[in-house]
Amino acid sequence: MPLSTQEVKKIAQLARIKLTSEEEARHAETISAVLDYMNILNEVDTSGVEPTFQVTGLEDVTRIDEPRDCKITKELMAQMPEVENAELVVPGVFAGTEEE
Amino acid sequence: MSKLNELTIKEAQEGLRSKKFTAVELTQACLDRIKERNKDINAFITVCEESALEEARIADGLLNSGQDAPLTGIPFSVKDAICTAGVRSTGSAKILDNYIPPFDATVIGKIRKQGGVLLGKNNCDAFGHGASNENSMYGPVRNPYDLSKVAGGSSGGSAAAVADNMSIFSIAEDTGGSIRQPASFCGMAGFRPTYGRNSRFGIMPMASSLDTVGPITKTVYDSALIMQQIAGADSLDATTIVDSAPDYLKNFEQDLKGMRVGIPKEYFSALGGPASGGEFKLDDEVKEITAKQIDKLKELGCTIEEISLPHTKYAIAVYYILVPSEDSSNLGRLDGIRYGSRQKGKDLYDLYATSRAEGFPEEVKRRILIGTYALSAGYYDAYYKKAQTVRTLIKKDFDEAFKKVDVLITPTSPFAAFGVGEKKDDPLAMYLADVMVSPAAIAGVPALSVPSGKNAAGLPIGVQIIGSRKNEEAIFRVGNKIEIRG
Repeated sequence: MPLSTQEVKKIAQLARIKLTSEEEARHAETISAVLDYMNILNEVDTSGVEPTFQVTGLEDVTRIDEPRDCKITKELMAQMPEVENAELVVPGVFAGTEEE
Repeated sequence: MSKLNELTIKEAQEGLRSKKFTAVELTQACLDRIKERNKDINAFITVCEESALEEARIADGLLNSGQDAPLTGIPFSVKDAICTAGVRSTGSAKILDNYIPPFDATVIGKIRKQGGVLLGKNNCDAFGHGASNENSMYGPVRNPYDLSKVAGGSSGGSAAAVADNMSIFSIAEDTGGSIRQPASFCGMAGFRPTYGRNSRFGIMPMASSLDTVGPITKTVYDSALIMQQIAGADSLDATTIVDSAPDYLKNFEQDLKGMRVGIPKEYFSALGGPASGGEFKLDDEVKEITAKQIDKLKELGCTIEEISLPHTKYAIAVYYILVPSEDSSNLGRLDGIRYGSRQKGKDLYDLYATSRAEGFPEEVKRRILIGTYALSAGYYDAYYKKAQTVRTLIKKDFDEAFKKVDVLITPTSPFAAFGVGEKKDDPLAMYLADVMVSPAAIAGVPALSVPSGKNAAGLPIGVQIIGSRKNEEAIFRVGNKIEIRG
C-alpha cells in the first residue's frame, strides 16, 4: 500500500519534523518501497507465536527510586541551549498552536 | 619492527612494558598518521591532539611506576555515537554539533580509567543509521583500500581508522551489523557481543533491544583482549547480563578438534525477498573465500554440518520495522530543548520541528517517519507486533541450530565494499546490505567478522562466525585459527 505525501505530512507532524515538499515526495516514494517490502512478513504463519520484545530472559529489574546527588550540574547546565539565572529557558507551552 | 601506529594492541603492550618506546611516542605516531590521512579518509570528526598527548604522558608515568593496567598507554578512538566525557560527541548529526557529554559511556570509562589514550571520535552514519557511512552530516568515510569505495557502516570511521593505522583500536556500536560489516569491508576484526554483555550506558540509543557495544581491532586476539576489559554487568544498564563474563583469553589458543561448525544453507542461496531489487546473489569471490575458510576448519579437526535457519529471509523486514520503531521513540529526546542545537521557532511546535529538520540528515528523518507510522494506532499489529512475532521464530531458528553445533560460519556481507554513491539514493538496497548481519542481532547472539583475505580487486572480505548466547569464547577460538591478516 503506497504512502501518500498527505500521510507523510501527517506523520512528520506527529514526529515533529518540518519537511519541504520535495522531502515529502521523496519520503513518500522511498517509504512506500520499504513498506511494500515488509509485506514479505505476511507469508509467515505466526498464529500462536508470542512476540519477543527482548532477548535477555531478564524480568522486572528494579532499583530503589530515590534522588541521588548530581555531581555534574555545572557541566549539564553548560550544554543547555539557553540559560537565565541558572535556569533553562524554554518557549511557553501554551503560546502557540500546532500547524495543520 | 613495524611503525608504532601499525602495531596491534598486544604488540604495543609488549613494547610499552619493555620500554622499547613510550606512550607519548606511540600516540604521536597515531596523531601523525591522522594528520596525513584523515583529509582523504574522513574517519575522524574530532581529533584530541593536546589531551591525547597529556593522557599519554600520564600513562607513561603509570607504566614507569608499575601502576599500569592492560590498556595503559594504548591509543584508541571511539565511534561518535558513544559519549566521551569532555570530548564533543555529535553522533554524526548536526543537532549535536556542539554537544560535549558530561560523562563517559561505561565501556569508555573502563578504558580511560586504565590510562587508555583517547585519540578522537570516529565518523559514522548519523546515530548508526546506515551500511555505508554516507549518512553522516560530516561527509562519507572512504575505504583505505580504495578511496572510491565506502568503508561500510554504520561504524565506517572506526573500521577505516584502525585499518589505516590511525588508531590502534576503536570502540564502536553494532545494532544490526554496524561493527561487523565495516570491519569486513576494511579487513579488520569486528566483534558484536551477546546482547547485554557490555553496558549500553552512554551510547546514543538507536534500537535499545538490539544495541550492543564492541571493538574493532586489527586481530581477533585484540578483540578478545578488549572484551576482557569492557565486559560485565552495570547498574546503569538494567539489561546487562548479571553473571560474570568469562576469561576470554584463557582458552584462546586451544585447538579446534571436535568443534562442531554449522553452515546455514540460506546464507549461500539467493536472499532478500520478492521486492524490486530485493533479491541478490552471493558474490562468487565471497563464496569462494568463505568456502576456503570452511575447508581450513575441516583440516583443523572441526566437524562441518549443513544446517537450516528457515526464517533468515525475513530478517531484514523484521529488522527495518523494529529498528525505526525504537529509533523514532529514542530520538524523541533530541528536540532542541535541554541540549544540542536549538533553532528559532515562532512557538514550541515550530522550535521542535525546525530544530529536528535542521539537525537530522535524510535517513534519520526517514527512520523516524517509518517508526512513527509503524507504531501508530491501526498499524501497530500489522507491523511492530508482527515483526516481534517473526523475531521469535528467527531466535528459535538459532536456538535449534545451537543444539546441533557450537558455531555457525557465513559470509559477513554478500559483497565486498561498494562504490561511494552507488546505493545512496536507494534506501531499500542499502537496508538489504545488512542481510547477513541482522539475523544474529535480532536473536541477540554474538558474532565476529574475521578478516579472510581479499578479492581480485584487492578489497578485503570478511567471514562471520556466530555463536550461541554468552558463548563468545568459541567464536574467538575459531576466529583466531582462521584469520588472514593484511
